[in-house]
Amino acid sequence: MLRSAAVFLTKLITGTRPVWQGCDPSCKALRVYFANHGSHLDFATLWAALPAEARARTRPVAAADYWNRNRLTRGVACGLFNALLIARDGITRRDNPIVHMANALRQGESLILFPEGTRSPDGTIARFKPGLWHLASAVPEAEFVPVYLQNLNRILPKGHFLPIPLLSTVVFGKPIRVEPGENKPGFLHRSRQALLDLIPCPVS
Amino acid sequence: MNWSTPETRSVIIWIAGILLFFSITGRVLRRVLKSEKSQATVQNLIARVRAWWVMAAVVIGSLMGGRTTTEIVFGLISFLALREFITATPTRRADHHALFLAFFVALPYQYFLVHTGWYGMFLILIPVYAFVILPCLSVVRGDTQDFLARTARTQWGLMVCVYFISHIPMLLQLPFPHLPLGNAGLVLFLVVVTQGSDVLQYLWGKLCGKRKIAPTLSPGKTWEGFIGGVLSASLLGASLHWLTPCRPWEAFIVALMLCALGFLGGLIMSAIKRERGIKDWGTLIEGHGGILDRIDSLCFSTPLYFHIMSYCFGSGSGWNAGG
Repeated sequence: MLRSAAVFLTKLITGTRPVWQGCDPSCKALRVYFANHGSHLDFATLWAALPAEARARTRPVAAADYWNRNRLTRGVACGLFNALLIARDGITRRDNPIVHMANALRQGESLILFPEGTRSPDGTIARFKPGLWHLASAVPEAEFVPVYLQNLNRILPKGHFLPIPLLSTVVFGKPIRVEPGENKPGFLHRSRQALLDLIPCPVS
Repeated sequence: MNWSTPETRSVIIWIAGILLFFSITGRVLRRVLKSEKSQATVQNLIARVRAWWVMAAVVIGSLMGGRTTTEIVFGLISFLALREFITATPTRRADHHALFLAFFVALPYQYFLVHTGWYGMFLILIPVYAFVILPCLSVVRGDTQDFLARTARTQWGLMVCVYFISHIPMLLQLPFPHLPLGNAGLVLFLVVVTQGSDVLQYLWGKLCGKRKIAPTLSPGKTWEGFIGGVLSASLLGASLHWLTPCRPWEAFIVALMLCALGFLGGLIMSAIKRERGIKDWGTLIEGHGGILDRIDSLCFSTPLYFHIMSYCFGSGSGWNAGG
């Protein structure tokens, strides 16, 4: 109930339109959606853009230090979005975020990741953190889908809390995996490039 | 507008009849014509007819719902149009507060002014108050990149999508006591003539179009389509003069102006789309563009139509009420 209300509200504010450019929305493969990050609306929008059945088993990965601040943020992250909260710092061998993510994937859940690690202030896409690579090499059978979120940084930019109701587009690209013999910088560069390639350029 | 009067019924039956004729023609042509090129044309026709049905239902439905319903419906149309306009034209983070004010204060207040009939404020809210306040909100953020272009775009969006369109429900408040359909007839005249002009230009263009009129803006439009369409739509306007306070020849002139401005307004909106490198304003009507693609020819003709009706045909002293 609360979730369908959240989906409806997100679609109403962001007028979102999914474009499945490089993959099939209903595919059952283990999936990690990785997207550019510029707004608090990013994960709700990506999540709402998925078909209902895929949405039910897709969890956003979010920073524990940020979302565990108080009961409200924790309730939104865990209760509403079923987020997988991971530690950004103070990582120990016993509490390794990559292990948590890999376990979730192996249980058949899909994940939403923002590999830049934080929201971009101006819509540019920063360098990726190495977590994406560690996850991709830990779960080689999962496919990594680049997702470009267009206009969300205009709808609700970093540092603002009132959204303006523009129309956004969610472009799903062609999935990638770690190639045999590929190293960490190679994979991170290729995955970032796959995301940059989805940015629509004006036709004229 | 009231279903119980015979004039209303005949207008609605006429409109439905013409649309039905086009719907049936489309279906028949789809069966008869087999070549790929004509199939594409027929598909396009069918899509257009569907959009006309929706538009007719929205306009007639809201007019029959009364003045408040019409104001709410056109307010929503303005909102959706402004959303498409601002989405397609780049703004920056520094404009966030200005845009918020445009969407959530300027737009609703403009329609509230229509509702209350505070004519003086209705006229200046966006051209004066919004013009002054919005750039102030942007400038204090200190971002100078494209400053003039950004503020101009926001102001244009408000003018075209909100200020101009809000003149349609404002027509319901003009003091014309003796029209057979009431002031709803003024709105119907505007919409039927403007849309009729689009349809007739399209048909004339298909029938005998040769010389391109604006190849860089709208390659489908021809001189033959333009002249044939505008003249026949103006005759349509003359035959609908009884909806307005005009005599037939006056209605012809008014309709001629509506058609010419509708055409040029369409070209202006096309020029903006070309500059932005987009084909359609939005995706509201699946595969056939957004709401702004449907109403572009109304935007620029509406305010002049309003003022011509008010000054040339109004009772003179009548229009000071509330302002």
